[in-house]
Amino acid sequence: MIDVQGVSYRIGSAQILRNVSLQLRRGGVIALAGPNGAGKSTLLSLVARLQSLQSGRIAVDDLEIGACDDRALARKLAILPQHVNASSRLTVRDLVGFGRYPHHRGRPDAQDRARVEEALQLFDLMPFAQRHLETLSGGQRQRAFVAMAYVQDTDFLLLDEPLNNLDLAASRALMAQLRDLADSKGRTVVIVLHDINYATAYADRIVVMKGGAVVADGAPREVVTEAMLRSVFETEARVEIAAGRPVVLV
Amino acid sequence: MLRNRMLLLVLALILCCLGYLLTGVRGSWAFALEFRGLKLAALLLVGAAQAVAAIMFQTITGNRILTPSIMGFDALYLLILSGIVFAFGAQAYQQIDPWLVVLGNAVLLCAAAVALFGAVLRQGQSDLMRMVLTGVVLAVMLRSITSFLQRMIDPNEYAAVQAASFARFSRAETDLLALAALLSLVALAMAWRLRFRLDVLALGPTAALSLGENPLTGQRLVLLLISVLVAVSTALVGPVAFFGLLVTALTYVVLPTHRHAVLLPGGVLMAGIVLVGGQWLMERVMHLDTPLSVVVEFLGGLVFLLLLLKGLKR
Repeated sequence: MIDVQGVSYRIGSAQILRNVSLQLRRGGVIALAGPNGAGKSTLLSLVARLQSLQSGRIAVDDLEIGACDDRALARKLAILPQHVNASSRLTVRDLVGFGRYPHHRGRPDAQDRARVEEALQLFDLMPFAQRHLETLSGGQRQRAFVAMAYVQDTDFLLLDEPLNNLDLAASRALMAQLRDLADSKGRTVVIVLHDINYATAYADRIVVMKGGAVVADGAPREVVTEAMLRSVFETEARVEIAAGRPVVLV
Repeated sequence: MLRNRMLLLVLALILCCLGYLLTGVRGSWAFALEFRGLKLAALLLVGAAQAVAAIMFQTITGNRILTPSIMGFDALYLLILSGIVFAFGAQAYQQIDPWLVVLGNAVLLCAAAVALFGAVLRQGQSDLMRMVLTGVVLAVMLRSITSFLQRMIDPNEYAAVQAASFARFSRAETDLLALAALLSLVALAMAWRLRFRLDVLALGPTAALSLGENPLTGQRLVLLLISVLVAVSTALVGPVAFFGLLVTALTYVVLPTHRHAVLLPGGVLMAGIVLVGGQWLMERVMHLDTPLSVVVEFLGGLVFLLLLLKGLKR
């Protein structure tokens, strides 16, 4: 379980997070939604200790963020940040292979290599495996980074806006793959999404943030309402139920 | 492909070493081989230290046109040197045991580099341009303070500082070889142990941290090693600005890989070929008095400009 207790975060005079407390239990897909500047990415960065905690505490199972061993955490939690830069000289296979680093520390065995090949297949990257990152489209590169986070084989997979640069088909395919990871492999996927319809279609739970605080938290049908969209996103939209899940019509 | 290229580099280095040792020997072979052997060892050591320092520096900064000297490592060495002469005089400086000078330089350079560049890297890790500019400004400031100190010291003492301020591959301080070899071999061995971590650090601080490598710890350790390698190399032949850049640029062309397990030994081989081969050609084949450092710095500067222009084109 990811346990966030009383976390606040400030950059200069801007209060990014305000006393956020949240418990993300194992299993399923959890979507973090909210308008720009709500603090979703900051919360994810703090959980993955990419930024230092200023106040409050975060624990991932028995590992206390800020005090635990970086390597131990990397075997429990993988994150794909919103902006990642990697050397354009890397091939897709090299990049995905780095995901196994927390396990092999630079000396991959046959099992590590097999996991990389499996990820290349799963994320449809085989045709590009030997291509350098600089020769790929934004969407292909994004899939390669997701595959790298996937092969880290962690209980928790944190993805910050992974649908960036992906077209409709690729977005649906990726969300379906993440759903499958949760269902068939028991992984916990925490994902920042801007498209609320993807959240309602694929997530078990939606956490809505605004102004650095959690304002709604629950199953899609409980959370995604016209009133919530009005108060959080300040937009008028209709919500209808299709196949048992809410759909936002703008 | 990489294995074959590494093999070619090994063969080329052996050829350069044999050429340097055996070309134009007159008189006693034993004396000539011992004399040239010591110089050869010094050149190989300097090459290895500079190449590994430059590759590691480019890895942690994520920029292939930076070298420790562009960011002011050499300027720091010159400031320490000028400061000692300014405070105690050239005579006192020359009377200090050379071993003590190398050790003292290494320790001071390590401490200052970690304090100065560690802070610069920490501040600028998310903003490369700011980090580079801070480093360049820092280097200019260090050189200005050095220049100020040099203007205040006696002209004779200034000559002593000046003599130690330029690279001199043909007159390497072979007396210091044993200590320099010990220090740099330890640093090189540690760099080799870091090869896999360097691969991960090259992905950038965020990716490194998410893979379980703390970038700050890694950067500090790498900076320490770079300081030792630069201090040892500078103590042996004096400061070199663009040599590291020349060698790394050639290494990346010949060995196009991100793996430091290949890049580090490849850089060492390439540096050896450039230094020993260059010295062999200049001294023994063409019988030129032009110091190799001038040619190396000229070519290194040229590579720097080419890399800049290539970057601008992109």
